[in-house]
Amino acid sequence: MARKADFLNTPDSFGNFGPYGGRFVSETLMAALDELEEIFTRLWRDPDFQAAFDRDLAHYVGRPSPLYFAERWTRETGGANLYLKREDLNHTGAHKINNTIGQALLAKHTGKQRLIAETGAGQHGVATATIAARLGLECEIFMGAEDIQRQSLNVYRMKLLGAKVRAVTSGTRTLKDAMNEAMRDWVTNVDTTFYIIGTVAGPHPYPLLVREFQSVIGREARQQCLEQIGHLPDALVACVGGGSNAIGLFHPFLADKGVAMYGVEAAGRGLETGEHAAPLNAGKPGVLHGNRTYLMQDADGQILPTHSVSAGLDYPGVGPEHSWLKDCGRAEYVPITDQEALHAFRELTRIEGIMPALESSHAVAYASKLAKTLGKGKDIIVNLSGRGDKDIHTIARIDGISLT
Amino acid sequence: MSRIPQVMASLRATGRKALIPFFTAGDPAPAYTPEIMHALVQGGADIIELGVPFSDPMADGPVIQLANERALEHHVGLHQVLDIVRTFRQTNQTTPVVLMGYLNPVEAYGYDAFATDAASAGVDGVLTVDLPPEAAEPLKSALAREQIDSIFLIAPTTLPQRVAKIAAEASGYLYYVSLKGVTGAANLDIDSVREKLETIRNTTDLPVAVGFGIKDANTATHVGALADGVVVGSALINIVAAHQERPEKIAPAISAFLKDLRQALDKL
Repeated sequence: MARKADFLNTPDSFGNFGPYGGRFVSETLMAALDELEEIFTRLWRDPDFQAAFDRDLAHYVGRPSPLYFAERWTRETGGANLYLKREDLNHTGAHKINNTIGQALLAKHTGKQRLIAETGAGQHGVATATIAARLGLECEIFMGAEDIQRQSLNVYRMKLLGAKVRAVTSGTRTLKDAMNEAMRDWVTNVDTTFYIIGTVAGPHPYPLLVREFQSVIGREARQQCLEQIGHLPDALVACVGGGSNAIGLFHPFLADKGVAMYGVEAAGRGLETGEHAAPLNAGKPGVLHGNRTYLMQDADGQILPTHSVSAGLDYPGVGPEHSWLKDCGRAEYVPITDQEALHAFRELTRIEGIMPALESSHAVAYASKLAKTLGKGKDIIVNLSGRGDKDIHTIARIDGISLT
Repeated sequence: MSRIPQVMASLRATGRKALIPFFTAGDPAPAYTPEIMHALVQGGADIIELGVPFSDPMADGPVIQLANERALEHHVGLHQVLDIVRTFRQTNQTTPVVLMGYLNPVEAYGYDAFATDAASAGVDGVLTVDLPPEAAEPLKSALAREQIDSIFLIAPTTLPQRVAKIAAEASGYLYYVSLKGVTGAANLDIDSVREKLETIRNTTDLPVAVGFGIKDANTATHVGALADGVVVGSALINIVAAHQERPEKIAPAISAFLKDLRQALDKL
């Protein structure tokens, strides 16, 4: 790489984060992506658009979300102070709604009457179905057949909200296949349909605009931290599937040199088993879903099946900005197994009365470890990206209890 | 040296249309692929587009998705596809072969190594579906060094100024995607194809092949009247799929199917 590592002014005008990102799609979608880039660039500078976005975040989502000092968890862990950024308290129960609100406002300006989205755990699907209901738009959600099994509660929620849920039975029947199918639908209906991508991946300008919409998390957290503690935190911890909640928290702190950042990947049954979803820990760069990034792939460049107990992290790629932050050394990406995440789910529920999503439980698990190594007097912000109600069936199944 | 320009030139000189079948290498098993390629030539193929299997074929409809899955069951990747082309070339030195697929397997292979090996195997052109011309320079130069053509897609949504940009990057021929959708879709609109081809013709002298939505002699005739070539893919793969339990029947069935199209095109 000839250029100096620069993670503060990304992406460039082609959507590149260092060697990552870009726009790798079939020709049919190029015009729609150009249009989206033009609309986003114009509106994001427009004070009226900003005001509408902020208004929706305040009155519909319920922002700002609290920065909560988890006193008892801190005491039991016996190390650094643990703060939770409570994205689980947002309307629909996760950070996903921040982005869908923003993209739906963009969709309104295009005049397109139909929204589509891919979903893994169902949180992004629910958030998209919610916003479609509010705006009176048609909505179709693509979801892997396997995930439909694992997240039946969210499937029902989407249907109640008036969305059509399309079961994707191709490939591994999880999030990556849902994204393939959403892309296929978009190619076919590009004139009438707005594709709301749920994470900081995909072709340019998606990684950029999703980051901008999610950065409200980090902006709030930074200000709350200064107000509540009086100084910046020592570390940030967030789970990374595609990585939108992590970028949302990290991005406003990137220039703060003293703030360490940890993205937590799903190590599934263990990195050594190959049954995981941790491309930044065990993958290598390639091209999938419109961007160049770290991927789980074999020597032939075929994308490998992934495994995580958490459907929202069960994805073989990761947002290109994370790949670049890793290579630059600005953020560190660490693995947490299914077992560790499940343990953290139970601990936080028992100790704080807060039930984290299984995705967020990965961040909780790593934060416990980090708190011990950082030691007393240090401050850690953990992004509690979603609530765990949707995972009750998974937990009960593991406990051998049948909920019907 | 790519065989494509010569084949296209001699077709143009005799007023004939290029018949370009597409099917997925390794479907239903790699051992049958060279035989199917020869059958296509016997059926009247001028150029063969060979699909490189990929785990996530985002631009393809269900027919080609399943073909990819069948090939991947036999672990057919880019190395095996080049082996197949090598085998085909033992008895056919004249029919151009174009590899069509997605970027990631080429990235995993490495651009330079791929270009060198593809040339020595006898590949004439490469069409990478998810590599727009803006990002294509490194692969394009590697292929050009080996005199392999880089073929690019033009879509119904491509604006006129972009058509010129794509044409400037392409060699061999241009592939016009006849509809907004995935491969194998049903709704080909001949009037919009006519309109778009006029724009393309006003921009470039490169031959233009049209694909997506061509399934029989009738659609081939309509499109062939406008274009320099027609690509037929999903309809062929349906034949492969129908005979996968008795793969020895594939070659004759496919040859017969193609002969119909050949006759229809030769009447134009």
